[in-house]
Amino acid sequence: MSEIGRVIIVGAGQAGGEAAIRLRQLGFKGEIMLIGEEPLPPYQRPPLSKKFLSGEMPEDRLLLKPAEAYAEENITLLTGKKVVWIDRSQKKARLEGGRELGYDALILATGSRVRALPVAGADLPGVFMLRTAADVDALRPEFKPGKRLVVIGAGYIGLEVAAVARTLGLEVTVLEAAARPLARVTSPEVSGFFLDYHASKGVRFALSAQAAVIKGDARVRAVGLKDGSEVPCDLVLAGIGILPETSLAETAGLKVEDGIVVDRQARTSDPSIYAIGDCVRRPLVHYDREGRLESVHNAIEGGKIAAAMITGSAMPAEEVPWFWSDQYDLKLQIAGLSTGYDQLVIRGSMEKRAFAAFYLKAGKLLAVDAVNSPAEFLGGKRLIERGASVAPAALSDMSKPFKEIMTAALA
Amino acid sequence: MPKITYVEHNGKEHVIDVAAGMTVMEGAVKHNVPGIDADCGGACACATCHVYVDEAWAGKTGESSGMEQSMLDFANDVQPTSRLSCQIKVTAELDGLVVRLPQSQH
Repeated sequence: MSEIGRVIIVGAGQAGGEAAIRLRQLGFKGEIMLIGEEPLPPYQRPPLSKKFLSGEMPEDRLLLKPAEAYAEENITLLTGKKVVWIDRSQKKARLEGGRELGYDALILATGSRVRALPVAGADLPGVFMLRTAADVDALRPEFKPGKRLVVIGAGYIGLEVAAVARTLGLEVTVLEAAARPLARVTSPEVSGFFLDYHASKGVRFALSAQAAVIKGDARVRAVGLKDGSEVPCDLVLAGIGILPETSLAETAGLKVEDGIVVDRQARTSDPSIYAIGDCVRRPLVHYDREGRLESVHNAIEGGKIAAAMITGSAMPAEEVPWFWSDQYDLKLQIAGLSTGYDQLVIRGSMEKRAFAAFYLKAGKLLAVDAVNSPAEFLGGKRLIERGASVAPAALSDMSKPFKEIMTAALA
Repeated sequence: MPKITYVEHNGKEHVIDVAAGMTVMEGAVKHNVPGIDADCGGACACATCHVYVDEAWAGKTGESSGMEQSMLDFANDVQPTSRLSCQIKVTAELDGLVVRLPQSQH
């Protein structure tokens, strides 16, 4: 491998930050420039819709590390700076304003952007989205008891925000275009559990309901639905998904298909350019297909892989994808991807709010959604990793701790 | 500020000032101590911030919750003083705390 003098990392989120630190941990001695558009050093996104929104977590704890920690590792962190062009033939990245920086290796960690609400009135004051710490800083002062909030989209972000809002005493209505919450990511059974629990906390749902217009003059006053009805409100939070941020890669002529296409080594179609995190479409080795993952696990793993490639170090093991969501006193931990399952096994009790939903395909475990059931999450993750087949009766056998069931299945 | 000593698996020591109110995990991660991954950032969702609390301090770091114990049950090389460091809040009483890091978090 030719000598790599300078690595430029475009995007200072969790993936970019991980790549920078990991390069140093693996002994990289060259120059590292970590460039992000946001004003903050790399920070954790998951708390944005949870403890950072509720105010329980201050900004200094949201940061993955303080800015000085990058300086100590001799990493040049440029915040509030946007890379607007990559000249692949000259191996240069151009910043907004014209400054050009040469690179030997470049890592795209550009993340994702929120899907904009495609209705009239979406730009009215009082309509919010949630992707960055700044978004939450704008939203938090609006979270006052008694205020009427409409959440558009019953995905994880929407439900987490609904949980925080109810806990803080707002009136909450969730609108969802599909027939059930979390429709894109979980089974009808688990959707039903979350629907019931939110309803028991006082959240109102309008399912199979599509927002058609945001009404208001100086500020939002109602959301109009496709069926002509309207939901009066003081504020709106749109959480209808994210899109991979691929514009820089596209203009640079890299291969992009719903995400920057990379191989298992995080390499793009240019051998000097890697891509990691939310913005990529990568091989999902446990599922024999490619896909995009919007998760902390994916961000960290991409950072580790790119750093290993650049330093010629051993490849880290690829983990089974995992995720989590906190709502009220529920900790949902998810291992694996349930797409294509043909059998569902529930272990534990939905009534007691401690259960796991196991998803199987032809007897093989694909995924587990574990609610307040960490053993089932970690044990299930290990079973998926090994490609294990487990008898449904064994999975639901509550007379044995799950670790025992896992060990028997792996024997 | 309370001083916490983190001992890497290879014996290398890091003495870090950690503000009261932070967790033992945050003290390590925010100061680039290698060996504590803490992938989930302290949400008790991943079990990658496993530490061994020094025997002398084992009684002072509080009790682990059922959640934490279930997670630890799946960690590597668990010992009686094993904890998830994201669940240990730093207080003035923990000034001088020593924790050792396992060989691997995964």
